[in-house]
Amino acid sequence: MARITASVYTSHVPAIGAAIDMEKTQEPYWQPLFKGYEFSKQWMKDNTPDVIFLVFNDHATAFSLDMIPTFAIGTAAQYTPADEGWGPRPVPVVQGHPELAAHIAQSVIQQDFDLTIINKMDVDHGLTVPLSLMCGQPSAWPCPVIPFAVNVVQYPVPSGQRCFNLGKAIAKAVKSFDADLNIHIWGTGGMSHQLQGPRAGLINKEFDNAFLDQLIADPASLAQKPHIDYVREAGSEGIELVMWLIARGAMSDVNEGKTLPKVAHRFYHVPASNTAVGHLILENT
Amino acid sequence: MALDKPYLDVPGTTIFDAEQSRKGYGLNQFCMSLMKADNRARFKANERAYLDEWQMTEEQKQAVLARDLNGCIRTGGNIYFLAKIGATDGKSFQQMAGSMTGMSEDEYRAMMVGGGRSVEGNRFIGEDGSAQAHRQPQGQAGKA
Repeated sequence: MARITASVYTSHVPAIGAAIDMEKTQEPYWQPLFKGYEFSKQWMKDNTPDVIFLVFNDHATAFSLDMIPTFAIGTAAQYTPADEGWGPRPVPVVQGHPELAAHIAQSVIQQDFDLTIINKMDVDHGLTVPLSLMCGQPSAWPCPVIPFAVNVVQYPVPSGQRCFNLGKAIAKAVKSFDADLNIHIWGTGGMSHQLQGPRAGLINKEFDNAFLDQLIADPASLAQKPHIDYVREAGSEGIELVMWLIARGAMSDVNEGKTLPKVAHRFYHVPASNTAVGHLILENT
Repeated sequence: MALDKPYLDVPGTTIFDAEQSRKGYGLNQFCMSLMKADNRARFKANERAYLDEWQMTEEQKQAVLARDLNGCIRTGGNIYFLAKIGATDGKSFQQMAGSMTGMSEDEYRAMMVGGGRSVEGNRFIGEDGSAQAHRQPQGQAGKA
């Protein structure tokens, strides 16, 4: 049967993608950030999964204001990197896993989460920057990816509790898939940042590090944090962090009463453009 | 009955909620159109004429023409949509975000390299942090 063996958490700042694509990773501004992902790239090589279930948000790319789904799962065979206005990133086309994605959609909807099913979608930096950070610049991504888009752009966005519960439903869905697959679930976005108004540029290291601590040790309590705490403490765009709770909710300590996951890697850096960058790799024990 | 909007007392911040989204539909869809190269070219050739093709208020159009991103956000724009205008102008996200603070590009970049804006004094309207209304514009522009 399929099983989730690890979860990865990382910010997905577009400027990071631009720095990689324009070969700026060794510049003094960027070097400390990319150093924090050296371990991760090796870890991905040593622990390449069969499928990545990648939780991200679309940034006015695939979804215009004509419609924005709260939760949407990609069941397509492949996804093209989007032109977000600067031209598409020069990264590989993302291969999907339609069979597993359709299975998860069926199971999770039956567990009362109203997912939108997507058969065609271009993917923006929210999805491709985490892949670049974890995999470098390969000619093809190392495995298929199931994109899972969460609305964190148009309020009200889903609560942390709902995201955490959704993670549990995804774990249950994966477990009932008959093929023997090793799956990683990634939560992306964050950490503290605000991109708008006179408060733009807000960074809150204390909040971010407390969030990382609690995500590791006590995610069930963290899930109860209300939206307003994210907005007030981590900036209006810091709300992206609720997506990390989906990945955390799918881990085996939450669902099978096992011990806390192993922290394989933890990294935090300020700034990347307007944003604080946080990164964790958690392995099921 | 009043809706629960606990975020209205955060200084220097407009939350893009269902109400703002409704107001900003035309403005944001105009921005979305700039993802196509042909549309970017037509917009650059005659901004006013291109804007007049969209269901936008005069206030929204003026805010776009002036690249007044705070004005765009107040009238229903969302930063991820407005970013398409910045991309059309060849501006980075950092340049766009910085423009809303009144700081120069260098001042804003230095603030970020220095660890960003502190949350102290910037949690609630009425405190004395840098994002409060009585402290705008920020940077040298506010000292003139």
